[in-house]
Amino acid sequence: MKNFYRVLSLVTLIFLIPFNLNSAEKIEYLKTDWSFKGLFGKFDRGALQRGYQVYTEVCSSCHSMKYLSYRNLAEKGGPEFTIEQAKAIAASFEVKDGPNADGDMFTRPGRLSDKFVMPYDNVKAAQAANGGAYPPDMSVLVKARGGGVDYIYSLLQGYEDPPAGISLDDGVYYNKYMYGNKIKMSNQLSDGLVEYGDGTKSTVEQMSKDVTTFLMWAAEPHLESRHQMGFKVIVYLTILTILVYFSMKRIWSRIKTEV
Amino acid sequence: MSEHDYTPKSKFGKWFNDRLPLLTLANHLTDYPTPKNLNYWWTFGGILTFCLITQIVTGLVLAMHYIAHADMAFDSVEHIMRDVNYGWLIRYIHANGASMFFLAVYIHIFRSLFYGSYKAPREIIWIIGIIIYLLMMAAAFMGYVLPWGQMSFWGATVITNLFSAIPLVGEGIVTWLWGGYSVDNPTLTRFFTLHYLIPFLILGLVVLHIWALHVPGNNNPVGIDIKKPSKDTVPFHPYIVIKDGFALLMFMIVFAFFVFYTPNILGHADNYIEADPLVTPAHIVPEWYLLPFYAILRSVPDKLLGVVAMLSAIFILAALPWLDTSKIRSAVFRPLYRQFYWILVADVLILGYVGAMPAEGLYLLIARVATAYYFLHFLVILPILGYKEKTLPIPLSITEPVLGGSPNLAAARNTESFNK
Repeated sequence: MKNFYRVLSLVTLIFLIPFNLNSAEKIEYLKTDWSFKGLFGKFDRGALQRGYQVYTEVCSSCHSMKYLSYRNLAEKGGPEFTIEQAKAIAASFEVKDGPNADGDMFTRPGRLSDKFVMPYDNVKAAQAANGGAYPPDMSVLVKARGGGVDYIYSLLQGYEDPPAGISLDDGVYYNKYMYGNKIKMSNQLSDGLVEYGDGTKSTVEQMSKDVTTFLMWAAEPHLESRHQMGFKVIVYLTILTILVYFSMKRIWSRIKTEV
Repeated sequence: MSEHDYTPKSKFGKWFNDRLPLLTLANHLTDYPTPKNLNYWWTFGGILTFCLITQIVTGLVLAMHYIAHADMAFDSVEHIMRDVNYGWLIRYIHANGASMFFLAVYIHIFRSLFYGSYKAPREIIWIIGIIIYLLMMAAAFMGYVLPWGQMSFWGATVITNLFSAIPLVGEGIVTWLWGGYSVDNPTLTRFFTLHYLIPFLILGLVVLHIWALHVPGNNNPVGIDIKKPSKDTVPFHPYIVIKDGFALLMFMIVFAFFVFYTPNILGHADNYIEADPLVTPAHIVPEWYLLPFYAILRSVPDKLLGVVAMLSAIFILAALPWLDTSKIRSAVFRPLYRQFYWILVADVLILGYVGAMPAEGLYLLIARVATAYYFLHFLVILPILGYKEKTLPIPLSITEPVLGGSPNLAAARNTESFNK
């Protein structure tokens, strides 16, 4: 067994090193307790629904979410709107379709199978409307940023006046969590900006948390089933390992050597 | 060996075996006499086989849904993650499986270095192993390009550009590799093809690796030649099978933890941004398992010499059986080598660390010292050590670690504790 501990310690050592690499120049992000972290982590359904509201009413005027469909909103492990609600949400968007039998493009109300409608026709149009900066697609944004949810959560609340000596160009804003502190998105959230249907007070902090939770789900729609399956797999493997350990002891006991 | 006496019991078995001796092979594999003192460091061969099979099986499924086209690759990966049934599971197993594969292969290689498993008569096993390791790096690198994220694209650009260091024909070779004048769709499609091919080459080499192993038999922690079969050996089945199985299960628990709870921690966040030839990421970093070589590459100021140094760092391993002049295999009986071994382990870990850091200031200095030491270890220390080192007395067999009246009792105790 002694060698076995040696294997384990080396494994840990090797993995600790790369983990620390990325944290070398880390800024302290704002902390909040995320319900989806941990062994049994699940999304807060209310936060997802409120987060979707913040996304549609605020973010979606510039940021696309091209990998999501309206049907996802009603799927298990997500915001879990009812099918009727999701249908109504989809129908509230105008979707360009076609060509029809006459060869013409036309618009129609959205369906569950449609992807989220994009705010701009293409990247160039998005850049032209935003002073040359492209508002990134939000489908996997949380996974595409080193700090993940903590980073997005902090960034949304990180706007402040620039320190003395830093001058900002037109259309550039100061954010203490942004890489290089300069960001082309202005402060979007203010207290009471959206009116939550469930009566939750829409403080900047609350909206940041809700929309970040929504973005986490958007990036990892199967997170809940992943956690559930993971727990089962690890329990199964552990029991099997224990059984195999005792059979191994039994088999090797025929020979006078310690395993 | 016992398999020569083997005859199948059933009539059909005998008829079949006379025409194709598959049953004889199976009998050889189950009866294969294995040293009974193998410790858990020896279980990584089986673990690596598991890793290879896992990568091939998950890779096959991924290939059914993945689209190797610069405009669609990123989208198709997201399609796998969202809409393919359990696609997220298969992709996360495949992506983390690569890291697990390398973790296991590094332990396997360093086990070999500690116990002198590369020495005569096992040089061919060792060299095949180095070729497998090289192919693994090629497969992993090309696999990382396939999602067509920012790190994929820029990693591919940096690594393929290394070939431009070759005098005269370098630029031409790079254009030929790319299939154009930059990393683009032709590069992606050929990388996909090669990424699909290499695992099967590895599989073939693994068969040769095991075949070559079964000629002299396993080395063991004591590092002495043993009689087979004898009191020192046990049949592969069930003794080694159950022990390998136990170790594999432990390994799978670690593997599962990564897949289910931190599936993206070993990757780079930038690879979730679609490739953009116009935007260069702030730091271009390879995957963790390639970092030591990346550090060696960057520690040399000249591009061509850097590439030469990096490749030599790998190829020097192939010459190891001849660079190590010591007659004694196991580090257990080589007190000085044992210390240099651990310094080498630390050296490689340091190289990996600075490989992830920007190549400037103190990091660059550390990288240069560590690179120099790496070559010093293989080219100077090992050859000299074989002549100068005072080794401890080695036992004559595994069952009798010390034959009565060995002058060095400390060595005896040392051996004993190590085997436990």
